[in-house]
Amino acid sequence: MHIPLEHYLIVSGILFSLGLLGVIMRRNLLVIYMCLELMLNAANLALVAMSRFNDNLNGQIMVFFIITVAAAEVSVGLALIVALYRKRQTAHVEDLTTMKN
Amino acid sequence: MFENLAWLILFLPLLSVAAITLFTRSKPRASAQISIFAVIAAFVLSLIVFVFFRGSETNSLPQASVPWLWVGDFKADIGLRLDALSLGMMLIVTGVGSLIHIYSWGYMKDDPGFARYFASLSLFTFSMLGIVMADNFLMMFIFWELVGISSYLLIGFWYEKASAADACKKAFLTNRIGDFGFLLGILMVWAVLGSLNFQDLEIRLVPHMKDYAPVATAAGLLIFCGAMGKSAQFPLHVWLPDAMEGPTPVSALIHAATMVAAGVYMLCRVFFLLNVPGSHALEVIAWIGGFTALLAALIAVQQNDIKRILAYSTLSQLGYMVMSVGMSGPTAAMYHLTTHAFFKALLFLGAGSVIYAMHHEQNIWRMGALKKKAPATYWTFMVGTLALSGVWPLSGFYSKDSILAQALETNHIALFVLGVFVALLTTFYMFRLVFVVFFGGARSEAADHAHESPDVMTWPLRILAVMSIIGGVMGIEGLYTKQFAPNAEGHAAGFGQQLLAPFSHSPLAAYLGLFAVIMGLGAAYALYSRSLFDPLPEKLGWLSRAMRNRFYFDELYERVIIPFTQEALAKFANAIDRWIISGFMVRGASGTTDLVGRALRLLQTGSLQTYAFLLVAGVALVLYLVLLR
Repeated sequence: MHIPLEHYLIVSGILFSLGLLGVIMRRNLLVIYMCLELMLNAANLALVAMSRFNDNLNGQIMVFFIITVAAAEVSVGLALIVALYRKRQTAHVEDLTTMKN
Repeated sequence: MFENLAWLILFLPLLSVAAITLFTRSKPRASAQISIFAVIAAFVLSLIVFVFFRGSETNSLPQASVPWLWVGDFKADIGLRLDALSLGMMLIVTGVGSLIHIYSWGYMKDDPGFARYFASLSLFTFSMLGIVMADNFLMMFIFWELVGISSYLLIGFWYEKASAADACKKAFLTNRIGDFGFLLGILMVWAVLGSLNFQDLEIRLVPHMKDYAPVATAAGLLIFCGAMGKSAQFPLHVWLPDAMEGPTPVSALIHAATMVAAGVYMLCRVFFLLNVPGSHALEVIAWIGGFTALLAALIAVQQNDIKRILAYSTLSQLGYMVMSVGMSGPTAAMYHLTTHAFFKALLFLGAGSVIYAMHHEQNIWRMGALKKKAPATYWTFMVGTLALSGVWPLSGFYSKDSILAQALETNHIALFVLGVFVALLTTFYMFRLVFVVFFGGARSEAADHAHESPDVMTWPLRILAVMSIIGGVMGIEGLYTKQFAPNAEGHAAGFGQQLLAPFSHSPLAAYLGLFAVIMGLGAAYALYSRSLFDPLPEKLGWLSRAMRNRFYFDELYERVIIPFTQEALAKFANAIDRWIISGFMVRGASGTTDLVGRALRLLQTGSLQTYAFLLVAGVALVLYLVLLR
């Protein structure tokens, strides 16, 4: 069965939108972070699909880079969240508004 | 070679100012010596140039000019003009100036501002020489203003006295009003004739007569505004009497002999611009001069301050000179200017000597019997008074007579009668002053203990007295005739002929002039020869009160003119400043910034998700604009 490119892209778009909605709507920092990862992976899916349908490996190489960097980013980001939680005893974004005004 | 000498004459006093202010401020004696040396050297050099000029049989020495600035087609030079007119004035400025510098050495001896005083005097000498030697309007105007500044500095020399500070401000501002008109006049002449150089103007006037004639009246009157300010003619005469707040030698040099004469000198210098067929400027000038002469003489009759009497007398004599210019008689005007410089400087220095003897008392009704206490002052003052009144054969007689003769020659009968009447008043108020100050009994303690001034003060008086006596027969008139009417036949050559020339030349003027002197002298003798107080106020009533209060001109200006001009203008400017500059522009700009800042502050919530949402919304907007439109 042949699945056309559009389907991949639609799935990628749905994933990206879900991730974006999560980033904007959710209150827990950890969940926001996971949604951010979801958006990254939606982009990865789109890149891989494009690469496959265009017979060009550049997209897949790009994805490897993204995964590597994302892994590093996750470790740093999680460390920051843990440190913040230790200091503030909360991971809710409503409570973290010291940048106001 | 003589041009270079002329530059040296001009800049010697400036060098003296620089030397005093930069190096010797703390050494009063050295400062005074530098200043006195500079002015005497300038006098000697002027004399050398003058002798050369008389020997050269030309009308003017070659001009030396240095280009100063170019703006488009307009070129301004700094140049010196050396002819009979300017050389005569140079001799007066430096000659009378030298004597007054020397006199000041005695008069200002104990003043703490000794060095500053001499620096200002030198600055004045420099500026005055600049006016006199200028060969174009622009340079003359620059030095004209410099003279205003030095006059301001010297009137306000005792600046800790409120009256002196007010007087110097008043003098400067009144002069500025006149100078504004002068500047407009210069611009008008330049616009029509296209040059500022006096010699160029004279040459260009003939081919451009058709263009110049329509504006001649306006241009002439605007230029006269400058003279009106400097020479204190009605209605700008109010500053001169107040200027007597300055030290007395300053009054003698600046406000009697030289600076106030600058206006008359300027009118004579540009006489060819005024004397244009179809122009009515000269008539207006003559009448303003005549009116000033009469007004000031009337005021002088009822003043009690010795310096103020002399100040109004100066005003009156300046009115005479201006009137003479207005009657197409620049020769007579310059002649009277020269002799007046001698005897008025003498009278002021004499008054200074009296004030010095009386320990700074200026009210004449507290003096008396100074004839025995201060004989040198008395005799020289007497010579000055006789010369000013116009007693034959002193200098004042000849110059006043030449003005009266000029009036008859040009058929100005009304002005002639006015002139004779002013001559009568002049004699009257001067002898009132002499009788009260030098005769009668001592009216106060100070008059009892008065003493003669030191030699350094009396010798300048003696020299000026000699000049006042022989000024009429030195050939001064011939000198100026050479300038203004080079083709006229020579005046009486022999000494005896010269002595009696006025009686044969225009007997009516001469005899009426002498008659006025006798009438004035008789009236003054009858009223004042031994009175203890002034009998006139009782006899004249309100008229005397009006004279004593200077015909209420100061009050008129203060109550009517100033509220409607200066204060209205000040209110208007204040409103603009307060509402437009400060309100709208300054506060408006800061207010707008503040308001926008407050509005933008609402956007910064600190919430991470708001930022993220705005970012996404922005991206979505950009994508919409780029992709779908």
